[in-house]
Amino acid sequence: MSKQQGKGDLGLVALTKSFATFTAVHPLDLVVPQGSFFALLGPSGCGKTTTLRMIAGLEEPTSGRIRIGDSDITDTKAYQRNVNTVFQSYALFPHMSVLDNVMFGLRRRGDKDAKAKAKEVLELVQLEQVASKKPTQLSGGMQQRVALARALVNRPDVLLLDEPLGALDLKLRRQMQIELKRIQQEVGLTFIHVTHDQEEAMTMADSIAVMNAGRLEQLGDPATLYEQPRSTFVANFLGQSNLLRATVNPGGTDHVVTVRAHDTDLEVSREHLPEGVRDVWLGVRPEKLRLGEGGGPNQLRGIVRDVSFSGVATQYSVQMPWGQELIVVQQNDGTARAVLGETVTVSWAAQHGFALDASQDAEAGAELVDDHG
Amino acid sequence: MAWIKRHLISFAAIAVLVYMLVPNVVVAAFSFNDPKGKYNYNFNEFSAAAWTNPCGAQGICESLGLSLQIGVIASLTATVLGTMIAFALGRYRFRGRSATNLLIFMPMATPEVVMGSSLLTLFLMLGVPSGRTAILIAHIMFCVSFVVVAVKARVATLDPKLEEAAADLGANPTQTFLRVTLPLAAPGIAAGALLAFSLSFDDYIITNFNASPSSITFPMYVWGASARGVPVQVYVIGTVMFVLTLVVVMTGQLISSRRNRQVA
Amino acid sequence: MAEAAVLSTGSSAPPTRRRRNWVPYALLLPGLLWLVVFFVLPMVTLASQSLQEGNVDDGYTFTGNVGIYVDALKQYWPQFVRSFLYAGTATVLALLLGYPLAYFIAQKAGRYKNLVLVLVIAPFFTSFLIRTLAWRTILSDDWFVTTWAQKLHITDLLQAVGLTANDSLLSSKFAVIMGLTYNFLPFMILPLYTSLERLDPRLIEAAGDLYASPWQTFRKVTWPLSLPGVVAGTLLTFIPAAGDFINARLLGNTQTTMIGSVIDSQFLRVLDYPLAAALSFILLIVIVTMVSVYVRRAGTEELL
Repeated sequence: MSKQQGKGDLGLVALTKSFATFTAVHPLDLVVPQGSFFALLGPSGCGKTTTLRMIAGLEEPTSGRIRIGDSDITDTKAYQRNVNTVFQSYALFPHMSVLDNVMFGLRRRGDKDAKAKAKEVLELVQLEQVASKKPTQLSGGMQQRVALARALVNRPDVLLLDEPLGALDLKLRRQMQIELKRIQQEVGLTFIHVTHDQEEAMTMADSIAVMNAGRLEQLGDPATLYEQPRSTFVANFLGQSNLLRATVNPGGTDHVVTVRAHDTDLEVSREHLPEGVRDVWLGVRPEKLRLGEGGGPNQLRGIVRDVSFSGVATQYSVQMPWGQELIVVQQNDGTARAVLGETVTVSWAAQHGFALDASQDAEAGAELVDDHG
Repeated sequence: MAWIKRHLISFAAIAVLVYMLVPNVVVAAFSFNDPKGKYNYNFNEFSAAAWTNPCGAQGICESLGLSLQIGVIASLTATVLGTMIAFALGRYRFRGRSATNLLIFMPMATPEVVMGSSLLTLFLMLGVPSGRTAILIAHIMFCVSFVVVAVKARVATLDPKLEEAAADLGANPTQTFLRVTLPLAAPGIAAGALLAFSLSFDDYIITNFNASPSSITFPMYVWGASARGVPVQVYVIGTVMFVLTLVVVMTGQLISSRRNRQVA
Repeated sequence: MAEAAVLSTGSSAPPTRRRRNWVPYALLLPGLLWLVVFFVLPMVTLASQSLQEGNVDDGYTFTGNVGIYVDALKQYWPQFVRSFLYAGTATVLALLLGYPLAYFIAQKAGRYKNLVLVLVIAPFFTSFLIRTLAWRTILSDDWFVTTWAQKLHITDLLQAVGLTANDSLLSSKFAVIMGLTYNFLPFMILPLYTSLERLDPRLIEAAGDLYASPWQTFRKVTWPLSLPGVVAGTLLTFIPAAGDFINARLLGNTQTTMIGSVIDSQFLRVLDYPLAAALSFILLIVIVTMVSVYVRRAGTEELL
């Protein structure tokens, strides 16, 4: 258990939150390095918001400690912590102007330059022209930026974002994702971003902690999480996965192991196989599958049951002899297409597969993914 | 005919509104009367005499002053007590909530004559003399519940996230209350205070049980006068109150609607 | 980086401190104390007073004389019945009159909404007594209201149903009930307005779209959704009307005396405290019983 912590890192030690009837957060250990853009990702009710509120001081942990650098802030009140939050609904004070909202935190600490600093931050979020308006006079996107400015201006040790883009429409959300990333890089503060939107988390964060049912499922950078999920939940919640039931064959080389799935031997990289497990789910992402035999040594034949065209790509549903349907996503790059009812070969390379312990539910996390991500 | 049918509700509403306002018009008209006898029931001759001498009837302005004084003290006290209760009910979870709700509801579900008479029996047993203090105690008592209801309605619409945001931005509980909660709850508190003042100012039944000959409030003065002949000044004061209310409330509406228009 | 965080299930940490929870009680204490001492306690002294015997000069002693309640009811049951009858009639009338106005303000008044609301509230701030005195003028014999009512045979109609005794309108049951209706109408309109304002006009359009006639729409959509306002409004009208005696004294005659008037004069003029206290206590019990039955049947317990 590595407990080394830099001087501005946020550390959670066995942080737990129990309510009368259930435990929202099971003992959680986490270090968020200073200056990183960190995402807490999970479906609603997974404990990510409770974790965030404990860091902010709005919720009292049942047990465990919260540290920033060397100082333990567990027993301090929200208003004593140098941690600020961008609330989901923004929580802008309706009776104050935008400028007064942004100055609120500085004023509480008696900052003499409150006005100048607030104006500077409003410039950063490109809202200097609406400083004297009331929050209700602004659009959703503008309110969101005021909420961000109001938190940023205090230069907190940690800035918490609670589903900050949830209320915005898709186009604005994309724009704000880029904007947020730019601002974070510009100010260099630690951002912790809570979201249920896996695409948003992968686009913005340096590292992602995936939470499920009050526990940390997996932690890592977006590419590792996507390419090497360590649980069926992560495999299904971050993008789609085809999971085939398989048994590991003994032997194999240093790099490749074969597994037997539905009377077919399939190859998978040894580093993608958990140790000491015999029954596995062999997973492969839809875009890693190829129609035809060009994808690699792993080949299965099936019948095309569904074709849906979406511009850049086409998604096929290919039914295997044992009934399971595999999802195949093919770039529309001029390669041959399949038609409904056609018998096709689906192929992929050994390094594109990953194996997961078969004792898990193959459907975990799949039903929780929503479309607006 | 179809037009009439379509606007039936509007006609009925306007008729009811007329019914509600006719007495105020009559009061205004009779404030300019020069009554023939001591009873001001028939319009005799136009005169502005009562308007130029509103304190002309003996004791009228003393009673008005007393009512205003009691109204202000009672409504302010009831507003403080009621607002505290409303915040406790609207912002905290605690044991005894339903008992508290019942205790708040009961004074509103009790006829005034019962409240007045029961307080009289308490004061008789404790030897508390009738008069100004007894009236004040009674008024605060029956106003508290109405303030609670008015403020609670407003507190219920406040987003608790705003208080969390204030704490998050470094405001301690006192600062959060003074800078965020109180300004946002202010319209409800003002409505509660106004309601309390009007209830206190207008009360006759409860007051009558606890008043002494030296503490004649304005409604008691009017009641006494109704038997021996109502001076025109009573109508003048009634008219002034009505017009004042219209002006105050309409100005308030105008300010808030202008603010809203800026917002929109 | 990924190694910096590790799943842990075994580690434990000391429990953090509990939140202070005396704050709500501190907020409640002064106000509730006031209500307990000056509202609840008086109910106890009222009950106690009713069971005492004696007189003002020699003082009272507690004898547990329950018979006073039988005497009180025997002697004054007509005033009780009359009070509830008048208050009930006035409540129904106020509902019939208040509903269209409340509906109009909430759904139809548009930009005149605030103006009309102000006009409904404004009479609140003009003394209740002065306005009731004005009705004495309006209903007096030589005013056009009575003259017209006579010409249109409305007075004959009222006489036929027993609401008036002669050709006049004043000093009659009619005048008392009319006065009660008038005085407590704002208490009916405001709660009705509050619940009708929340009514989404699209629901009415939807009902029409689904083949409901205007009357059916009212019966099946508008009325059920406004029930909380109806319950609150009827209570706020009925309770004060049942205990009121100002309208009965200013607009009625000796045959229209209400129970509030009896209690008032027994306490303050006759000085028969035990009898007055017993009457007052009976009124309280009857009202509380009626209100709780009504609220339970209406199914809206949360009135506040």
